[in-house]
Amino acid sequence: MCSLQSSITRSKVMAGGDENSDGGKTDFHVLVVDDSTVVRMVHRMLMTSLGWKVQEAKNGKEAVDLHINGAYFDLIFMDMEMPIMNGPTATRELRAMGVKSNIIGVTSCTFESAHKDFIEAGLNHCVSKPLTIAMISSFLPDSNNK
Amino acid sequence: MDLLSQLRGQIADFSAFLHREGFVDDQFTQLQKLRDESSPGFVVEVVSLFFEDCEKLVNNMAKALEQQIVDFKQVDSHVHQLKGSSSSIGAARIHNVCIAFKTCCEDQNRNGCVRCLQQVNHECIQLKNNLQTLFNLEQQIIAAGGSIPAKQ
Repeated sequence: MCSLQSSITRSKVMAGGDENSDGGKTDFHVLVVDDSTVVRMVHRMLMTSLGWKVQEAKNGKEAVDLHINGAYFDLIFMDMEMPIMNGPTATRELRAMGVKSNIIGVTSCTFESAHKDFIEAGLNHCVSKPLTIAMISSFLPDSNNK
Repeated sequence: MDLLSQLRGQIADFSAFLHREGFVDDQFTQLQKLRDESSPGFVVEVVSLFFEDCEKLVNNMAKALEQQIVDFKQVDSHVHQLKGSSSSIGAARIHNVCIAFKTCCEDQNRNGCVRCLQQVNHECIQLKNNLQTLFNLEQQIIAAGGSIPAKQ
């Protein structure tokens, strides 16, 4: 457990987000960051089906602002290309703030060089769209990380 | 054969056709399964949203390509958005056109971009009509007292 992480207030800020209607099977909080409403909706449904609590951000700045306001997420799915603040910039800012959550880059871009740059910004992994249940489930942390 | 069995047969055949012809792929199937387990209107809702987005993006791309000096970066960014959303809902043909479209943007090939845009528009209309047919069949099943079958 990172001391920096424990110093960040672990308040699950749900500003503008909806909780699972079934109350969630787990206390696993995920942030979906993507400028596409369609993509956010699909990702939300995929993750909600796993019992995760999902919050959305339309761009990197919203994601950073959530953390500035004390939000904590177990897992963050970060789109690469977004207006206002893109994925790599947001990732760098979050890491500079001391955010230790797993950040998974999600991109439509197939160039390996783009993936490499995004990873170097501070991602744990980078995957190509579309996200599938199998892919999402593979990012469940093992018990050591809890 | 009773009405429900007939309708189920029609849906199965039509779904197989959509997959065989590449209109949709396994991602669409996955979304349909989610619908079965959670919100029943989810697929219709996300598909409607997709086509609304599609229309806006196509209009924006058309305007950009009409300019004397085309901003290919701007067109590319719209194509990129459509590529992402089409792959997320399993709209395979539209996604494939976007791949070719991106290449034309990178090559700054205006004529190629215009052709791709026409193809995107055509594929969007086709998929919209096909999915409307699918959803109508599903509604008929529900109206006849049945439930929507999951893809085998």
